[in-house]
Amino acid sequence: MRPLRRVIARLSTRRRHKLAPLVLLFAALATTGGAYAALAPTPHAEAAAGNSSQVDEGRALFLLNCTSCHGLNLQGGSDGPTLIGVGAAAVDFQVGTGRMPAAKSEVAQVPAKRVQFTQEEIAALAAYVASVAPGPATPAKEAYDFSDANVAEGGEIYRTNCAMCHNYAGSGGALSHGKYAPSLKGVDPRYIVEAMLTGPQSMPVFGDDTLTPEGKRDIIAFLKTTQSEPSPGGLSLGKIGPVSEGAVGWVFATGGLIACAVWLGAKAR
Amino acid sequence: MSDQPYTGPGQQNTETSQHTGTPPAPTHTEDGSTGGELATRYENPGIAPHAYRRSDIDPKAARRREIEVAGLFGLSTLGTVLFIVGFFAVKLADVPGEEMLWRVGLSTKLLGTGLGIALFLIGAGAIHWAKTLMPDDEVVSERKPLRSSDDDRRAAVESLKEGAGGAGLGRRKLIRNSLLGAMAPLGLLALIPLRDLGPLPGAKLTGTAWKPGRRLVTDPLGNPVRAADLRIGEVVHVLPEGIEDMPQSLEEKAKATTIVIRLEPDDLKQDPARADWSYNGIVAYSKVCTHLGCPVGLYEQRTHHLLCPCHQSTFDVTEHCKVIFGPAARPLPQLPLDVDSEGYLVSRDDFQEPVGPSYWERGERS
Repeated sequence: MRPLRRVIARLSTRRRHKLAPLVLLFAALATTGGAYAALAPTPHAEAAAGNSSQVDEGRALFLLNCTSCHGLNLQGGSDGPTLIGVGAAAVDFQVGTGRMPAAKSEVAQVPAKRVQFTQEEIAALAAYVASVAPGPATPAKEAYDFSDANVAEGGEIYRTNCAMCHNYAGSGGALSHGKYAPSLKGVDPRYIVEAMLTGPQSMPVFGDDTLTPEGKRDIIAFLKTTQSEPSPGGLSLGKIGPVSEGAVGWVFATGGLIACAVWLGAKAR
Repeated sequence: MSDQPYTGPGQQNTETSQHTGTPPAPTHTEDGSTGGELATRYENPGIAPHAYRRSDIDPKAARRREIEVAGLFGLSTLGTVLFIVGFFAVKLADVPGEEMLWRVGLSTKLLGTGLGIALFLIGAGAIHWAKTLMPDDEVVSERKPLRSSDDDRRAAVESLKEGAGGAGLGRRKLIRNSLLGAMAPLGLLALIPLRDLGPLPGAKLTGTAWKPGRRLVTDPLGNPVRAADLRIGEVVHVLPEGIEDMPQSLEEKAKATTIVIRLEPDDLKQDPARADWSYNGIVAYSKVCTHLGCPVGLYEQRTHHLLCPCHQSTFDVTEHCKVIFGPAARPLPQLPLDVDSEGYLVSRDDFQEPVGPSYWERGERS
C-alpha cells in the first residue's frame, strides 16, 4: 500500500495545478465512455435455428432484439414507436443502415452505424413486421435503377423537396434540438427510396402517388451525378455552402494578409 | 528621405545624421511655441539610437541577403514558367464533358498558382531587398509651410482675372445665361431616378395566384394532388394550377408557393373558425416566412414543426403554424382547402392575409 499512498500524495499536491480540471474531465469522460462500451447491451444477431419459414425466423429475431422498445406485439411504448403498418421498407431501411437497434443514449436522433444483422436476417425481420400489418414493401430493383433517369429533372425535384434539409449538394444539415438531416453521400439508392417511402425519424413521407417512382429515380440520378462530379474550383470544403467557404477565406486569406502586414512593418535585423 | 546623398552606415558627419543619438534641437514653429506646457515639463527624448542591421555591419550577411533577394526573384520566374506551361499543357478543346470539367479545374489552378507565385515573390523580394539592404537611416525633415509664396499667390489671381476677361463672361451675356440655364436642370437628373421608387404595389402584396377552386399541383412536376393519395406524415410542395402560364409567373410562384402536410387529424388543434380549411388532417400553409420571406420548408415529421432555414423561426403545424421559436412575429398564413368532385385538392379561396414579411400598410387590407 505504500507506493499507492505515495502516488496519491503526489497527486494531491498537484490538485491545484491549472491543468488538473482538464485532466479530471478527460478521466471522467474516459471512465463513463469505457463503462458504457463495456456494459451496454450488445444486440444479438442469432437466428433461432430450426424455423422453416421466413416470418417465423423474423418473429424469433424480433422477440430477441426489438421487444424491449417496440413491445411484444409491435405496439410500441415509451422508448419506441409502434411498428404496426410501417412495412418492410421501414424495417429494411432502419436495420439495413444500422440505425436499429438503437442505443438508449441516442436521444435526439438515431444515427446510421455498423449494421448488426445479415441481409437474410433483415429480410426475415421485414417479412415478420409486414406480416402483422401491411405497409410500404421493400422496393424492387427497378425502383432505384437510375441508369436512364433524368438528372436535370431530378435536380429540380430535389431542390424543391429535399434541398432545404439535406443541403443543395446532399451534404446534410441541422434541424432543431440536436436533430439533423443526414448526409446523402454514398447512401445506397435503395435506402434513399425507402426513406422517401417511409419517412424515418424527422423526415416526412414522399409517397409514390405524389412523388412518382420516376421522380425518385431522377432524384437518385441527380445525387449520384453531383457526388461523382469533380470539383473544378478546387477543394469542395464539404460542399456545405458559404459557411465553410467563408471560414477558409477569412482564416487563410485575411490571416495571410495580416502576416504580410506584420512582416512589412517589422524592422529588419 | 534626406536630401543628403547616402554615404554608408556610420560615416555621416554629425550635422546630417541622427545616428549618434544626440537629440535634435526642439523645433520652433512660427509663433515661437515649442508645443506648449508639455515641452517645458518634459525633455525631448529625441530619436532612439540607431540599431544597425546585421547586413550593415557584416559584409557576409549582406551577401547572404543579396542571395536571398535574388532567390525570391528567381523563384518568381518559376511561377511564370508554371503559368506558361499550364496554359499550353492543359488542352481544353476536344474532350468530353466530365474530363473537360476536370481539365478546366486543373487549368485555372495552374494559371492561378503560377500567377500568384510570380507576382507575390517579386513583391516579397522587393520588400526583403528594401528592408535588409537599402539604407534605413532615421532622418528628420522639417515640415514646409502649406501657404504658397506671396509671389505665387499674386500670379495665380492675375492669371484667373486674365482668363475671365478673355472669356468675356461679363460681356457675352448670352453664353453666360445659357450656361446657367443648362446647369440648373442638371439637378433634375438627381431627382428623376427617384421615380423608380414607385409606383406603389397596389394589390400585388395582398393577393396571390390562389383563387377559389384552383387545383393544387406539385412543384415542379405539376401533377394534381389527390387527397386520398396523401399518407400520414406526407409533405407535398405545391403551386396553383396554371401558374406557369401567368404573366410574371416567377413572381407569382414566389408568392403562391405552399406546403401541404397530412397529419393525424387528432393531432390538429384547430380554431373552430378554420375547421373547414383542412381536409382529413391535410393542411396547407404559405411557404414564405413571415420574418424575411425565406422558404419555410424544413418539416419535422415527428414534432410537426416547420423550420425556416434562414433564421430558425419555428412554426407549429398543429396549431395553425403559430411561432414557437425564432424572430418571425406572425404565424404562416393558411390556405383554405377543399376537395373537388374528382377527389383532387383545391383551394377554397386565396390566403386570407398577405403572405410573407410585414410591410408598412399591411394592416390596411381592403
